[in-house]
Amino acid sequence: MRLSGHEIRCARGGREVFSGLSFEAAAGEALAVVGPNGSGKTSLLRLIAGLLAPASGLIKLEGGDKELTLSEQAHYLGHRDALKPALSVSENLRFWRDYLGGAITNSAESLATVELDHAAQLPAAFLSAGQRRRLSLARLLTVQRPVWLLDEPTNALDTAGQKLFATLMGDHLARGGVIIAATHAPLGIPARTLRVGDAA
Amino acid sequence: MTALGALIQRDIRIALRVGGGALIGVLFFLTVVVLMPFAIGPDLALLARLGPAILWLGALLASLLTLDRLFMADHEDGSLDLITMSRTPLELSCAAKALAHWLAAGLPLIVATPVLGLLLNLDVSSTAAVALTLLAGTPALTFTGMIGAALAVTLHRGGLLLAVLVLPLSIPVLIFGVAASEAAITGPLSFGAPFSILCALSLFGLIVGPFAAAASLRHGLD
Repeated sequence: MRLSGHEIRCARGGREVFSGLSFEAAAGEALAVVGPNGSGKTSLLRLIAGLLAPASGLIKLEGGDKELTLSEQAHYLGHRDALKPALSVSENLRFWRDYLGGAITNSAESLATVELDHAAQLPAAFLSAGQRRRLSLARLLTVQRPVWLLDEPTNALDTAGQKLFATLMGDHLARGGVIIAATHAPLGIPARTLRVGDAA
Repeated sequence: MTALGALIQRDIRIALRVGGGALIGVLFFLTVVVLMPFAIGPDLALLARLGPAILWLGALLASLLTLDRLFMADHEDGSLDLITMSRTPLELSCAAKALAHWLAAGLPLIVATPVLGLLLNLDVSSTAAVALTLLAGTPALTFTGMIGAALAVTLHRGGLLLAVLVLPLSIPVLIFGVAASEAAITGPLSFGAPFSILCALSLFGLIVGPFAAAASLRHGLD
């Protein structure tokens, strides 16, 4: 499996964010997207996720499931957690498990992995920022998709959480997944660096 | 199928919990209809004559009131991104969301109609006629209103815009809804013709609404 982008140009609101960006990530590889604020790290992730259309250039995934598009094989972990405050922790997770479909693992098990099993019946409104992050991570574990697109994934996580997350990312890479993460902090796993914004 | 079931179940659950939108619509409907006799005065004949129109107007405004949250909440918390990335076609997800909204916010209006009919001096058969037309017509309101709700997400801060966009689309539903109820109550026109058109409007909305809303959401991703 190989995820690649060729000469991507991104424009938002009539303003060019970046252009001529190419990247490549093979199975088992992680790419750390770095760059100053406003350089287009989030835009790049959203382009790959199919949530934005590139002004020009090509993004493709080779060797994945031929029946599915790239966005159907990717997990996007953005700034917003996609959690409903009125639903409990396990209801939130079970919804995404049933809705996103595909290969799944036990949702109770993933909750235990991110150390949220004690709060499973608690409404998500009562979670702290770090716990919300952990619950989002549980979504990535419950529904298996080969490409992880992570936007500042370690935000709000405590030191133990960051360590746990590094382990989980390592496991994902070992299974042949691809990770592309926009980050300011070190990810804790070996990753190649992709610089955005400096070239322009 | 599991995916759509899960989406419907989630939306209904959220609507029924504290802070959900289901009760707001019914309470608004109740307020409008309860206040009307006080404004019009104790003329029973006049109330009975205006009854179907008042009920329809109340139901229309109540469904408009709750509709703007249909996609906005999912947009704000990032769920809409994931819904777009799912393996379920966006059109079907939109239809499922609208169905859930109708079940949680539209159906209670119809259930409340018999009680409110009493306040407007409508007899049993008249109330039944109004409830039947609401049952046939409110899906049209939800499914055409969904287009406005999707546009409101795209254009940001579109709460007011929703009313401006959706009201013209709901006027035919209002006309034929009230016409069918009055035909059933006073005659002389037949009930069948306006009622069939009302059903047709609902079926039309059922097809056009999801496609238009999905197109609008896809176009407006940012």
